Amino acid sequence: MIYWQLFWSFIQIGLFSFGGGYAALPLIQKQVVTVHGWLTIQEFSDVVTISQMTPGPISLNAASFVGTRIGGVAGAVVATVGNVLPSLIIVLTLAWFYFRYRSLKVMQGALYGLRPAVVALIASAGLAILFLALFGKAELPISSADISWFAVIMFVLAFIYVRVKKPNPIIIIALSGGITVLLGLIGIPI
Amino acid sequence: MPEKKISKAALYWKLFSSTFILSAFTVGGGYVIVPLMRKTFVEKLHWIEENEMMDLIAIAQSAPGPIAVNTSILVGYKIAHVPGALITLLGTILPPLIILTLLSYVYSAIKDNRIVKTLFFGMGIGVAVVILDAVTSMATTIIGTKKILPIILMILAFIATYILKWNIVIIIISCAIIGIIATMLPLVCKKNPPKEGGNR
Repeated sequence: MIYWQLFWSFIQIGLFSFGGGYAALPLIQKQVVTVHGWLTIQEFSDVVTISQMTPGPISLNAASFVGTRIGGVAGAVVATVGNVLPSLIIVLTLAWFYFRYRSLKVMQGALYGLRPAVVALIASAGLAILFLALFGKAELPISSADISWFAVIMFVLAFIYVRVKKPNPIIIIALSGGITVLLGLIGIPI
Repeated sequence: MPEKKISKAALYWKLFSSTFILSAFTVGGGYVIVPLMRKTFVEKLHWIEENEMMDLIAIAQSAPGPIAVNTSILVGYKIAHVPGALITLLGTILPPLIILTLLSYVYSAIKDNRIVKTLFFGMGIGVAVVILDAVTSMATTIIGTKKILPIILMILAFIATYILKWNIVIIIISCAIIGIIATMLPLVCKKNPPKEGGNR
C-alpha cells in the first residue's frame, strides 16, 4: 500500500506546515527520511537544493520527487494531491467564514504562537543540512575528524556575503556549486 | 465582475493559464509568487480589489500548506467559486509536478557521477547558507518584537525539536494552542496584542 503511505505522509506535511517557505522542511524530513526512509539525508538535501533552483513550493517539489522515486508518475500525482488536500479544505472553509464574518481571530491567535515555533523548526532542519555539508552526517554526535574545512570556509564566506549583499538565493547556490566543482577539478581537496 | 464580460469557458481558461504561467516561471516560493499574483489579478485583470487581495493573502498565511497554493485557491474561489478554486489549484500544482517528476528520473540516473556529487556538495553548502540566513532574519524579527512569549516559545520549540527530538506535530499543536489562549485571554496580553501579517 505504498500509494496510501505516500498520500497519508504528504497529507500530514500539508496539514502541519504553517508559515510558508521553509516551514514544510522539518516535516518533509521527518516523514520522508526518518519515518519511511524513502530518501537518505543526502538525497533529502539534494531535493532541497533542486527545489531552490526550480519553480514551485518546496513541499510540492518534494512530493513530486519522492512520489516519482517511490511509485512513478502515479506516485508523484498521489503525493501532490495529498499535499494540497488539507490546504484546499482548510482554505475554502476559512474563506467561507471570512466572507461571512470577516474575522479570523482564532487563526491569528494560533499563528501568534506558531510563528516562533516555526522559526525553531526550520532552524533545526537547516542545521541538519549544514552538518551534512560540513561533517558528511546530519545527526549528533559529530566527530571533529569528519569536518570538511573547505565546506566550513565556503559556508562562512557565503554566509557573510548573503547577510551583507542580500543576493538572490539561486545565485548563492549556483555560485557555491560552481566554485566547488571548479576547485575540485583543479585538484583542491574538498 | 469578470463573469459579465466573458464566457465561463474563457474565464476558466484565463484563470488556469494565468496561474500555470506564474507557477511555471516563478522560482523562489510564496514570497515571490504572491506579489506577482496580486499584480496579475488586481492590476492587470482588475478581477480582485486591492483590499480584498490583502485579506486573501492574510487568510492564505493563516492556513497550513504552501502560501502560493493557498493564495491561488483563494483567488480562484473569489473569482469563480469552487470550480475556480479547483482550476487555479490545478494551474499552480501542474508545473512543479511535471518539472520535478522529470528531474527525479534524471537525478536517479546521474546522482552517482563524481562531478554531479561535487556540484551537489557545493550547492548544499549554498542551501544551508540560504536557509540559515532566512532563520537568522526570522529569529531577529521575533526577538525584535521584545515580547516575552514568542521569544520563550521559539527557544523552547528549538530545545524540544533539536535536543529532545519531540514529535514536530506535537510542538506545532501545542504552540498553536498557547497562541490562541494568549490571544483570547485579553488579561494575559492586554498591552501587547499579537501583530497581524506574516513574518518576513
